[in-house]
Amino acid sequence: MIESTLPEPRMVEITLNRTAVTAHADATILDVCRAQDLDVPTMCFLETLSPFNSCRLCVVEVAGSRTLVPACSRIVESGMEISTDSERITDARRTLYEFYASTVDLSLADAETKNWMSKYDVDPDRFGRYEPHRAVKIQDDLYIRDYDKCVMCYRCVAACGPDAQNTFAIDVAGRGLSSTISTEYDVTLPDSACVYCGNCIGVCPTGALMFKSEYDMREADTWDEGRQSITTTICSFCGVGCNLELHVQDNRVVKVTSPMDHDVTNGHLCIKGRFGYGYLQEEK
Amino acid sequence: MADDHVAYGGFHNAAENRHLLLPSLHAVQDSIGFVSHGALNYISERIPVAPAEAYGVATFYDLIATEPTPARVARVCDDIVCTAAGGDQLISTLEAEIGPEGAPNGEGMWVRSPCLGHCEKGSAAFIQRAGETALTIAPVTAEVVASVLDGTHETPESPRLYTPSFDALVKARTMGATAVRNEVTVSGIRGRGGAAFPAGIKWDGVADASGDAKYVVCNADESEPGTFKDRWLIETNPFVLLEGIAIAALAVGATKAYIYIRGEYREAENVLEAALEATGSDFGVDIEIRRGAGAYICGEETALFNSIEGFRGQPRQKPPFPTQSGLFGSPTLINNVETFAAIPGIIRDGGDSFARLGTKESTGLKLFCVSGKVAKPGVYQVEFGVTTRELINLAGGAVGELRAVLTGGAAGSFLTEAQLDVPLTFEDGRDAGVSLGSGAIMAFNTEVDMGAITHRIAEFFADESCGLCVPCRVGTSQQLEIVGRIRSGTDTQTDYDNLDAVGWVMRDASICGLGHTAANAIESAIRIGLIGGDS
Repeated sequence: MIESTLPEPRMVEITLNRTAVTAHADATILDVCRAQDLDVPTMCFLETLSPFNSCRLCVVEVAGSRTLVPACSRIVESGMEISTDSERITDARRTLYEFYASTVDLSLADAETKNWMSKYDVDPDRFGRYEPHRAVKIQDDLYIRDYDKCVMCYRCVAACGPDAQNTFAIDVAGRGLSSTISTEYDVTLPDSACVYCGNCIGVCPTGALMFKSEYDMREADTWDEGRQSITTTICSFCGVGCNLELHVQDNRVVKVTSPMDHDVTNGHLCIKGRFGYGYLQEEK
Repeated sequence: MADDHVAYGGFHNAAENRHLLLPSLHAVQDSIGFVSHGALNYISERIPVAPAEAYGVATFYDLIATEPTPARVARVCDDIVCTAAGGDQLISTLEAEIGPEGAPNGEGMWVRSPCLGHCEKGSAAFIQRAGETALTIAPVTAEVVASVLDGTHETPESPRLYTPSFDALVKARTMGATAVRNEVTVSGIRGRGGAAFPAGIKWDGVADASGDAKYVVCNADESEPGTFKDRWLIETNPFVLLEGIAIAALAVGATKAYIYIRGEYREAENVLEAALEATGSDFGVDIEIRRGAGAYICGEETALFNSIEGFRGQPRQKPPFPTQSGLFGSPTLINNVETFAAIPGIIRDGGDSFARLGTKESTGLKLFCVSGKVAKPGVYQVEFGVTTRELINLAGGAVGELRAVLTGGAAGSFLTEAQLDVPLTFEDGRDAGVSLGSGAIMAFNTEVDMGAITHRIAEFFADESCGLCVPCRVGTSQQLEIVGRIRSGTDTQTDYDNLDAVGWVMRDASICGLGHTAANAIESAIRIGLIGGDS
């Protein structure tokens, strides 16, 4: 048995919602909140990616700060007084969700988003509900891009780029409200640097990026998560040992994910693990 | 020809030369008038950077086109000061005689532009010309725009420069870094860019920060509507700026400095280039000029760093602050042109002589840009403590009957009658809700359509929001829609309630100063009755 020689983590004393809390000195406010079972809404944040500071839904009050502070990226400091439950915060978050509803089709947003919107009594019509009008980009048989549903959280850009895949096939193009996620000159994915790892799909919170199989079934009205089971297995293509979650409906694999907390993948896969399941089933 | 199917963008590999991306895009843009797909691929391969990332950078900036564009593009200012001076007439003349905005007419095209920083001249156009140097014409007429677009306009010669002695820099060298910083602290000078942070604290912060490399950055991305003092400073005395930067580098221990100048200030950039050439290499610091490419947000310090580094000009979440982690992640001293330009005087005459001017909290002299409906618009240097009304009188008084005054630029606010008599100091301004900001003072008389002015401000923020954070990305555009309804009289009480919520969330939850201030002018315009209600 080897004794650990790691130094004890440095701890700081902070105040969270008027209660004294001891926290790791390198923890973010969000880390501390979640450790205390205090839930904070997020959209652009994902544990496996660097904070992007785009959605601002996780804002909290920090004493001495003129403006609200994003919990996902702010590191705690000794003596910091944080509050997460004021009306000022609730008002900001409600307006932000209403902003999303006015600029994006949230119909397939994740359950977390829908729960928070209901909790904060969000009125999706307040600033005029968004009406989808863009053509879905279908350029291959593997996945589709529906930018009517894109919240510009940048998760896909981070997963394609420095945080996971290092392929850099997509980035944000343009500026302001009209900015979009794009390949260079909007070339099709087969003409881009895309390697079809599908990690962008894995991190998308709103269904803007979707397996073609799921898209087709939704179009045909046969997609039914209630009838799906998830089987966890290990990818057989190489020796890395990536965990796969096979989403199966009617005895057919309909999409593949990997658990975010799996220390081999952090939820990311390659084209073979993500899309190479055809041999399991007879393709139509 | 690059292989479209390969991304030569390995993270570490790309990091080294990525800062050359924007200058490379500029080179292509200047040469052929737009960045073609082939050119972008070539740049991407050479730097190297992934084409998608290079495209993301290229499309961020107004002055970089990624689609074929006519060889000559006239960017005609229709921002608030120019509109007040009759710019709407200029625009309609252009529409009648040349054609609609953005429609190619032969080798030329005209588009509307945000404030070009020539507000004392009444009107302005910035002309991009493929294969020729870009130029600014101010004042400008429709005939001149037409002559530029058909290629018959003649470019005037640049003015000649003299070389000064740099005695303050010589003195600073004998004093040493600590003594120089001490003089800056004693002077009490606060940053002149708008945030008014005490320069002494910032300089000490960079000097004390640990890091192998440290940088000095001069923010010359002067884009706040109604602001033109930095341009004037550079064009009339570039050497005092260079000397101030050299002293700063000595004081904080930097060997490399950048001057980030807005892309529309091409004449000022040429003056700076010539001045740099004239100073030779005995400056003790390598000063490099970097040109912006048409994005107001790049005046925000962290967005400016990203722009120099070759990334999209989007702000970073602070902390960490630039004194700890700024340009290329190193401790960085960033100050405005006017701040650096004040340094040689402080070193030459001593910090205490500077501190004797102005008030206790607002020391020294300050440049104000007085424009709009005044008899003599221009840059006015005064001791801190002068009121807005006094400044307007200094500029020859209002032309016609004064209706409204906007201070601090688009990010500032319209003043009430009582606020006109508040001394323009940081402390009085803070207490009375008067924004000094960049030192812009814009006067409007009863003949100006204040609905149009307010609408243009809302439009400005919607155009210039970088889009990174949701409060600003959506809020600026919601604000524009609501102001449009108020202006056209189709508003309801709900619009005012929503505008209130929009303003709050932008101010409270945005990532940077653009969002924090985007509602100020609109809210003050409504508060004092310039739009809405019975106006």
